[in-house]
Amino acid sequence: MLLITCPWCGPRPEIEFRHAGEAHIARPADPAAVSDAAWAAYLYERSNPRGEHAERWRHAHGCGRFFNARRHTLTDRISATTKPGETP
Amino acid sequence: MRLPSGGRIDRGKPLRFTFDGRAYSGVAGDTLASALLANGVHLLGRSFKYHRPRGLLSAGAEEPNALVELDCGPGRREPNTRATMVPLVEGLTARSQNRFPSLRLDLAAAASLFGPLLPAGFYYKTFLGPGREAWHRRWEPLIRRMAGLGRAPEAPDPDRYAHRYAHCETLVIGAGRAGIAAALAAAEAGDRVILCDEQPELGGRRLLSAGEVPGLAALRANPRVTLLPRTTAFHYGLQNFVSLAEILDRPDGLRERLWQVRAVRVVLATGALERPLPFRDNDRPGVMLADAARAYAARWAVLPGRQAVLLAAHDSGYEAAFALQEAGARIAAILDLRAAPPLADTARARGIEVRAAHGIAATRGGVRVSGVLAAPLRPDGSPDAARATPISCDLVLMAGGWTPNLALFSQARGKLRWDAAADAFLPGEVAEALTCTGACATGRGPGHPVAAIAAGALTARHAFVDPQNDVTTRDIALAVQEGFRAIEHVKRYTTTGMATDQGKVGGMLGLATAAAASGRTVPETGHTTFRPPYTPVSFGTLAGRHRGPLFDPIRTPPSHEWAEARGAVFEPVGQWQRARAYPQAGEALREAVARECLAVRQQAGLLDASTLGKIEITGPDAAELLERCYVNAVHSLRPGRCRYALLLREDGFLFDDGVLARLAEDRFHLTTTTGGAAHVLHLLEDYAQTEFPELRAWLTSTTEHWGVAALQGPAAREMLAPLVRGCDLAALPHMAVTEAEVAGIPARLFRVSFTGEPGYEINVPSDRLPALWEALIDAGATPYGTDAMHVLRAEKGYVIVGQETDGTVTPLDLGLGWAIGKGKRDFIGKRSLARAEMQRPDRRQLVGLAPLDGRLPEEGAQLLATSGARVAEGHVTSAYASAALGKPIALGLLAGGRARHGETVQATRLDCPRQPLLVVPPVFWDPEGKRLHG
Repeated sequence: MLLITCPWCGPRPEIEFRHAGEAHIARPADPAAVSDAAWAAYLYERSNPRGEHAERWRHAHGCGRFFNARRHTLTDRISATTKPGETP
Repeated sequence: MRLPSGGRIDRGKPLRFTFDGRAYSGVAGDTLASALLANGVHLLGRSFKYHRPRGLLSAGAEEPNALVELDCGPGRREPNTRATMVPLVEGLTARSQNRFPSLRLDLAAAASLFGPLLPAGFYYKTFLGPGREAWHRRWEPLIRRMAGLGRAPEAPDPDRYAHRYAHCETLVIGAGRAGIAAALAAAEAGDRVILCDEQPELGGRRLLSAGEVPGLAALRANPRVTLLPRTTAFHYGLQNFVSLAEILDRPDGLRERLWQVRAVRVVLATGALERPLPFRDNDRPGVMLADAARAYAARWAVLPGRQAVLLAAHDSGYEAAFALQEAGARIAAILDLRAAPPLADTARARGIEVRAAHGIAATRGGVRVSGVLAAPLRPDGSPDAARATPISCDLVLMAGGWTPNLALFSQARGKLRWDAAADAFLPGEVAEALTCTGACATGRGPGHPVAAIAAGALTARHAFVDPQNDVTTRDIALAVQEGFRAIEHVKRYTTTGMATDQGKVGGMLGLATAAAASGRTVPETGHTTFRPPYTPVSFGTLAGRHRGPLFDPIRTPPSHEWAEARGAVFEPVGQWQRARAYPQAGEALREAVARECLAVRQQAGLLDASTLGKIEITGPDAAELLERCYVNAVHSLRPGRCRYALLLREDGFLFDDGVLARLAEDRFHLTTTTGGAAHVLHLLEDYAQTEFPELRAWLTSTTEHWGVAALQGPAAREMLAPLVRGCDLAALPHMAVTEAEVAGIPARLFRVSFTGEPGYEINVPSDRLPALWEALIDAGATPYGTDAMHVLRAEKGYVIVGQETDGTVTPLDLGLGWAIGKGKRDFIGKRSLARAEMQRPDRRQLVGLAPLDGRLPEEGAQLLATSGARVAEGHVTSAYASAALGKPIALGLLAGGRARHGETVQATRLDCPRQPLLVVPPVFWDPEGKRLHG
């Protein structure tokens, strides 16, 4: 079980959190203006890297807030967690 | 045979026990294994596949053969227990396993007379292809009877198991010399230390000597040190989260305890495991690891034999032989695989005959070894049976060298690296804060190379590599010959290392054998993955107190006790227990549902709808947040009014539905489906926090806050009116909300309907719902359950998310396009609805289905255009007997269904005749909706 540092609450066990997919996937400001292909890419295309991965977590059973994390997909090591908009 | 002196036992405390019904006695400090040996019992079990007689191979946790069943009364029968790990207690009852009719005379052992009856890959070869029939008829029943381990217990376990979380700076696993030293160093540095060891007594191989184990007293005296004997670290999780199984066997019924330890640093001091050697019939009782025999003599003062032959590939065997000699055994000979054994002269000086470059061609004997055929080695390392000479003995010691015990290191995702000098895999890189110390880090020095040992035994018969799964060197050679190269495939094909001992004794020899058979080196062949658990863990330990009513939390709505007292029938809905129906005396469930449905249609029914998810949304931008998320026009919703609200995912498919009520300009009361509450809150929070953080809107789950009584039916208003204060019911239109007092309880009073009848959903604080419920029952309402609710909503064509939908259904498919706010610029999923695929006229659309044969259709049945069609065009999503209509009705999804009303389709499912269904509009009851607004 991972120990995840919530930027607001500190280190907590993984069972308090919910994974929320890749980070920094911006929703198009005007969805009606983007092409079908660009919209499909927004919906479905993710980087799925072998290595460092920027992803979102939510402290669902704690403060309830979303935050960003950098996790290595091979070792599961989380090198940084940050509040939205912050850089590590 | 028990020695007159020595050992770490208490001869003053005799203990009685039985094995296979015969009474024996041992002493305090014994294990079941040492006590049986002391009584001259060497035959302890029959092997998994061939029913070969087996005795003790080891003295520790790696024991593959001596698996016994312990019986401590009802619910306390425990199979597959390693006799080496069972401390002897007064009255212990143990039985051997996998034998028929008795351990000594086992008829199934005849299997081994036929030689390779079950060679490597037998199951695959027989199960596939032309042999398949024979497998089912003949082999499977036979093998199921013959092969196997112990019997699973049947009665519930009466004992208690505990769970405990712990944190420490340093966790040391293994309390041998290296582990104790590591614990002492960490404790001196001020760390909180946990030191665990699988043995009942801490000390590791230091227990082979008499006296107090050095360092233990200092650890015991340190309050920051926790010592855990009889505690096995069986799982190594990420970030040093290690699971330990502690066996307590406390008289108060606390049996075992699971520790889940988060450690800043972990020190592995797990030692090394001695390897057996491969030669013909190396599994006969009396053939034992050399160090194990030494341990029996030193720790438990038991001599496992009077006349021993040592087969050595490593100097450690000599130490064992010398120790046994000092304890009174005669060492008949030392056969050494090596050409120049370093300790040969020392042995000869003790009067022991040493034959260098010799092996064992075979063992002799029945259920106990009586001798060996000592043979010089050929140039290829195999024993030359033609030049063999017999030596009598009742004990054969195998000193095959040592394998560093790196199972936990490997579980921690550490990489093993081959060290040629040590002739072993040693710990390499690891990402965790983890160090290895002692024999697990360095091995115990090289002996005869394991590759050479394996190469010399490739053609030997009955040379067991994995005794627990009955895998021989020949099985592995056969797998390689049949083309299996990858070690993980060889493992699965032969099942070597896959028994409950996880290949502790045989793993290294197995992969060396695969390497030799394929002409590769050991590092080229690689090693298999070590998986948790390190040793078997009882289900009780894993479950802890999460059993019975605590296995999974149960949520009950506020009317639950009332319903229970009236004999309601319940169904689980997620974690909720909801009343399906309230059958009266002598009434079948089906009859009760029909009666409840008619009560709602003709008078008024009462449903506990408290399980609906509820979210309160407040703030100056609450309306804007909902406008951006839900498909509905929210800004135009006036305070005091409600809308049927739909929430999509960004891919355009329906995610949840509910009622959105505007209480004030800046306050909304939103309901969700029972199962969707947490998911909807999560999704709305996601958008509120990350997409639209500029909006000042806040979400609060109020599901548990409000108890909801749904009063539905033509007489609902008349029943409710006398109970209401502060509101004119007649002036409250359909889809409106107001605050009022109902039966003296402050309430949020909704006029909404999920039945097609005029109705109210009265929200009161949950703890007040039982009082409201009683008042409404007294007013004449008929309680109805979820079964009736389903029928009533289906008669009206109201969908249930998750029943009519499956994550691929849009609101347009369901005919709910009217709910989408006109002229909205954006909402979640709007862009996806504009994709061409979503506009296709042949998408599966909601239809009503009327059975032409009057039978109830099957939910899930596929819909065909004609009887002979091969491709389904939809399926039945809901089907019920409608009491109000007097016939069965169904809803379904059908390709282009809205344009196919009047067509007949065929419902089909396996092994049933086709059922003709007439495609009709999905609203069966009151299509004009006159009743709703009445």
